[in-house]
Amino acid sequence: MRAYTDTELMISRAAQELENGDTTLVGVGVPNLACNLAKRTHAPDLEMIYESGTIGSDPSRLPLSIGDPVLATNARSVVPMTKGFGYYLQAGRIDVGFLGGAQIDRWGNINSTVIGEYDDPAVRLPGSGGACEIASNTDRTIIIAPHSERRFPAEVDFVTSPGYVGGRENRESLGLRGGPEAVITDKAVMRFDDDGEMIVASLHPNVSKTDVRNATGWDVQFSADLGETRTPTDDEIDLIRNDLDPDGIYTGGDGD
Amino acid sequence: MTDVLEMSEAISRTVEDGQRIYLGGFTHLIPFAAGHEIIRQGYEGLNLIRATPDLIYDQLIAAGCASAVTFSYAGNPGVGSLRAFRRAVEDGEPNEVDLEEYSHFGLVSRLEAGAKDLPFVPLRSYVGSDYPEHNDAIRFVENPYDDGIDEIAVVPPLKPDVAIVRAQRADEDGNAHLWGITGEIVEAAFAADTVVLCVEEIVDRSVIRSDPNRTHIPGTVVDCVVEEPYGSHPSYAQGYYDRDNDAYLEWDEISETHESTQEWLAEWVHGVDGRAEYLEKLGTRRLLDLQPRSNLSVPIDMGDY
Repeated sequence: MRAYTDTELMISRAAQELENGDTTLVGVGVPNLACNLAKRTHAPDLEMIYESGTIGSDPSRLPLSIGDPVLATNARSVVPMTKGFGYYLQAGRIDVGFLGGAQIDRWGNINSTVIGEYDDPAVRLPGSGGACEIASNTDRTIIIAPHSERRFPAEVDFVTSPGYVGGRENRESLGLRGGPEAVITDKAVMRFDDDGEMIVASLHPNVSKTDVRNATGWDVQFSADLGETRTPTDDEIDLIRNDLDPDGIYTGGDGD
Repeated sequence: MTDVLEMSEAISRTVEDGQRIYLGGFTHLIPFAAGHEIIRQGYEGLNLIRATPDLIYDQLIAAGCASAVTFSYAGNPGVGSLRAFRRAVEDGEPNEVDLEEYSHFGLVSRLEAGAKDLPFVPLRSYVGSDYPEHNDAIRFVENPYDDGIDEIAVVPPLKPDVAIVRAQRADEDGNAHLWGITGEIVEAAFAADTVVLCVEEIVDRSVIRSDPNRTHIPGTVVDCVVEEPYGSHPSYAQGYYDRDNDAYLEWDEISETHESTQEWLAEWVHGVDGRAEYLEKLGTRRLLDLQPRSNLSVPIDMGDY
């Protein structure tokens, strides 16, 4: 088996969450790589939609941003944001959304707005973009983030994108569609139990339960059938390194 | 009546201190040349509006032109933070800026309400999030009908004083053809009181009239037209030149401190008298590297009736 980096494992594992025929709203960075990897492997019919309004993109090279010209050329359609967010996302035409965040809590609520007080932030983050709508209107969201106690606190400083809010029933009663499906980190894959609480479903090779506990801000639970995460295949590693990110912009380092 | 003007006159005639200004685009067709002219003319107290403030808003903030930002994603896409934006918000350098923050759908819905002259627009968002707590403009109303959800979020209209938008081509009356990603450009143009349209090229009226479905901005909402090739660099114009991604990656380093940002502004904005000189400084080689191969769409037949 070939050596792989943590980022490559996360990209490969995230790609596995996509089924052929899914319509997905793609974000920048690792999600971009994961969707493009899935499309080049097991999900050729993946419909990739970007927040910028490109529908059914088929980029010839990996875009740096979600508004690059390669996403428009040869797309199925290009629409204004009002229509992309309205007719497609809000109307329930998107199956999967990818989200990242500076903080994620046990219910899958995500903060990508501020660290600290909103009016006097320690760190001002970019903000929602389309994340709030993606979290509210897709059938399932896949969250990708490095695993550390700072990233996974018991409670987020600001809810940018609602997960199960205070539990599955809570989300449903608020009239929100779908919800978080999986959280993929550099240590584990986590899913959500019947109450909507995040639990560890599989550990990456050479990662222990203690490692995950120490990097999570609450007493995280482990699934009864806890497994080991599937590692990237040689083909996937080749595709990532040679085709998708040849300059190593996203996969060059493993920093948090 | 639409006037065809030079950039410097278009800006001095339309922009005033303290206005709410929209400089258009989602990654595509960003009016960098117009933004640089605003910096050169030394405007202050502007409220910068856009879903995706990027490098040009970082530059306007660093230059001290802004006192507020109305936005939904303030980052350098695919690269990281907007460092000057963060310095202003976190440390008040060079001055403090007020934030009015939405999600993308919220902000573009505000412009849509402005374009349609509606008192509000409803959207399925913000439920379960903390945004309504920090932004009084995001409110909830009861569904007056029996079917569907009981309550829905609404946002009020946003009407910029001036929208500066770009298009690939337009005629002298300001009827503009846009293709590729249009983001919220068209909504902003219809919502704004005054519209400055900047284009890669001014073309004959017959070119525009040959494909009216592509005329997303009509000259009837445009106040002045500026013809300035490469006016979006380092952003792009679909079919004309590629996004200069290296410039976006380089900005992360250039903007590392307030001082290093000022040095860049001194050289690339204050140090040139306009876009032509900027392009000369940039060099032909770099521009040639950004030329895409041609990929023509098949012409449609409108029919001669």
